[in-house]
Amino acid sequence: MTMIEIRNVTKRYGAATVVDKVSMCVEKGSITVIVGTSGSGKSTLMRMINRLVPITEGEIFVGGQNVIDVPVTELRRKIGYAIQGHGLFPHRTVAQNIATVPQLLDWDSVRIAKRVEELLGLFNLDPATFADKYPHQLSGGQQQRVGVARALAAEPELLLMDEPFGALDPVIRGKAQDDLLAIQKQFGTTVILVTHDMDEAFHLGNHIAVMSQGKLLQCSTPEKILTEPADPFVQQLTGTSDRALKLMSLLPLKESMEPAKSGLAYALPQSLSLRDALAEMIWQGVDEAAVQDGEKAPVGSISMSRLLELGRKA
Amino acid sequence: MEETSAVRRLDRLGVVLVAGGIAATALMPFIYVKANRIAAGKPMLLTQLFPQPSVIILTALLLHTAFATLFLRNALARLAIATLCLAALIAAIGLVSTAATPPGSTVARMTPGGGFWVLFAVIGLIISDALVKIRLAPWMRVAVLAAYTALLFLSLSSGLLDSLSIMKEFSTRAPQFRTEAISHLLLALGSLAIAIVLGLPLGILCFWVPKLRAVVLQGLSLIQTIPSLALFGLLMLPLGYLATHVPLAADIGVRGIGTAPSLIALVLYSLLPIVANTVVGLQGVDPSVRDAAAGMGLTRRQILTGIDMPLAFPVILTGIRIVLVQAIGMVTIAALIGGGGFGIFIFQGLGQTAMDLVLLGAVPTVFFAFSSAVILDAVIDSIRGSAA
Repeated sequence: MTMIEIRNVTKRYGAATVVDKVSMCVEKGSITVIVGTSGSGKSTLMRMINRLVPITEGEIFVGGQNVIDVPVTELRRKIGYAIQGHGLFPHRTVAQNIATVPQLLDWDSVRIAKRVEELLGLFNLDPATFADKYPHQLSGGQQQRVGVARALAAEPELLLMDEPFGALDPVIRGKAQDDLLAIQKQFGTTVILVTHDMDEAFHLGNHIAVMSQGKLLQCSTPEKILTEPADPFVQQLTGTSDRALKLMSLLPLKESMEPAKSGLAYALPQSLSLRDALAEMIWQGVDEAAVQDGEKAPVGSISMSRLLELGRKA
Repeated sequence: MEETSAVRRLDRLGVVLVAGGIAATALMPFIYVKANRIAAGKPMLLTQLFPQPSVIILTALLLHTAFATLFLRNALARLAIATLCLAALIAAIGLVSTAATPPGSTVARMTPGGGFWVLFAVIGLIISDALVKIRLAPWMRVAVLAAYTALLFLSLSSGLLDSLSIMKEFSTRAPQFRTEAISHLLLALGSLAIAIVLGLPLGILCFWVPKLRAVVLQGLSLIQTIPSLALFGLLMLPLGYLATHVPLAADIGVRGIGTAPSLIALVLYSLLPIVANTVVGLQGVDPSVRDAAAGMGLTRRQILTGIDMPLAFPVILTGIRIVLVQAIGMVTIAALIGGGGFGIFIFQGLGQTAMDLVLLGAVPTVFFAFSSAVILDAVIDSIRGSAA
């Protein structure tokens, strides 16, 4: 089912065309990452969905409804919005920040309190400790989590994120990305995320939209972006030096293993990607390994030669 | 290390203050004994007033205060001794005046001299320095101000200072003093209120419309450069014209002289700090906060009242503080065009070369300006403290 349909959308500021006739669809419940260099129009495209930027030409439909037909505040309250540097209100507590949209929607106070507590728990922030703190009393990672919790407060079906992890250091960023994936899976929220970080795009995206100079170059699955780049720029952006490894990181071991064999000394969990399996086998110095499921029961096997074959250009 | 801590370093501000106090005591008259209010008067040094008991007590306390200022680390102890000294100073000037006044005389005038004022200022600075070092909570500072004000009123109402020239001037003008005090405060607070009502929306508008910002701020800066006396004068002509040609204007009290031009001039001066601080305060709000607010569906009004104004408020309040202190001082000049206020006494005193009358206008003006600065600073600090 289509959650968002963007039809021939153009944004011009005077003579400058920032977004140029972009058309794309976003499936309900998926994560779509819009990636591009700065000035590519990726943020502008996203901000036209909740009409923070007025559309010059074209149409955008959210849940089958043209965004122009919905009153602008009503539209925005239905769509979660999280940005780089979190944008938390410095004069309001964590709980008050998270309660912003539910309050605008006139939820009763019991429901708001329950939702705030639920979200804080979900983001590993103890409500007793954090609910009454002010944003400046939190670490960068905690602020970012509160920012996302606030965006999700009114249970939106759609969440827009503008470089949400851009201000975090690499270790916290990886953790925040994994948290987002877990929460997205739990709520089934449709996510559109803007980033300039290609690794982040491959890590998070079910679909990746590559933009350059206002044009949408390609919108496809990560595998297709890697194996069938529509444009030299897309290829350049994905990088050519570690294409094989990038591709293997997208393929789960579970779907590529061979039948189970006996007598293999070393075993890998089936949840790994091919890339992680390869790295592990190089490190351990084995040519063939068993594959186990979550209960450590053998479900298959994988050999080095099979792995190398899978990483080859199709 | 032990040796350096044993030899306590002298407080540099303390040295300056004590030196100033000693010099003033030795060289400047403590009091002028005058046969009448415009006579030149006979200057008396503090040392010439021995052996009056109050002078001996005062001298002892002055020495203790000097010692405490130079050598005592404990700010609370310094505060206590300096406060005691201040009380002794006020009592001494009153008692010395009474002693110097010929019995039954109503025309003799006892005017505090430079020595008294310098000692008063020095002790005041020692007290405020001690208060700063104690780091009082904002509301405590207001309480301290109230306590010292109560001390002042106690000594004024006790009759202790009644022989002092400034009090003699007061006693012949008590009803007028009250009227002028009220009109002084009404002019200052009224012009502030009008300036806030006009300046806040104008500041918000200037923030939203950058083209307007340059024009308005430059225009208001231009007004600020006009000398206040000239501005009061400039307003007399158009308002006088208005009053004679538009009956309605005259009916609501608009005249070339009096309250109307005073109020308008004060408001014009007050607009720049309020408008400029509103713009600066709003510019200081993190744009990402505003973007997040808009993105979550807050209306423009909700962003203004719920996000922008609370975050800009401490800066705006700083502007209000500037305006209030400035207006309290400037109201004195409004007396020239019939605006009323303490300026009346100042200009009457200048006209009669009666410095005691000038003081009757100047001292309460300084007191009001100082008090409002302390109170608004406390409010600003308490808001900053709760936000940060």
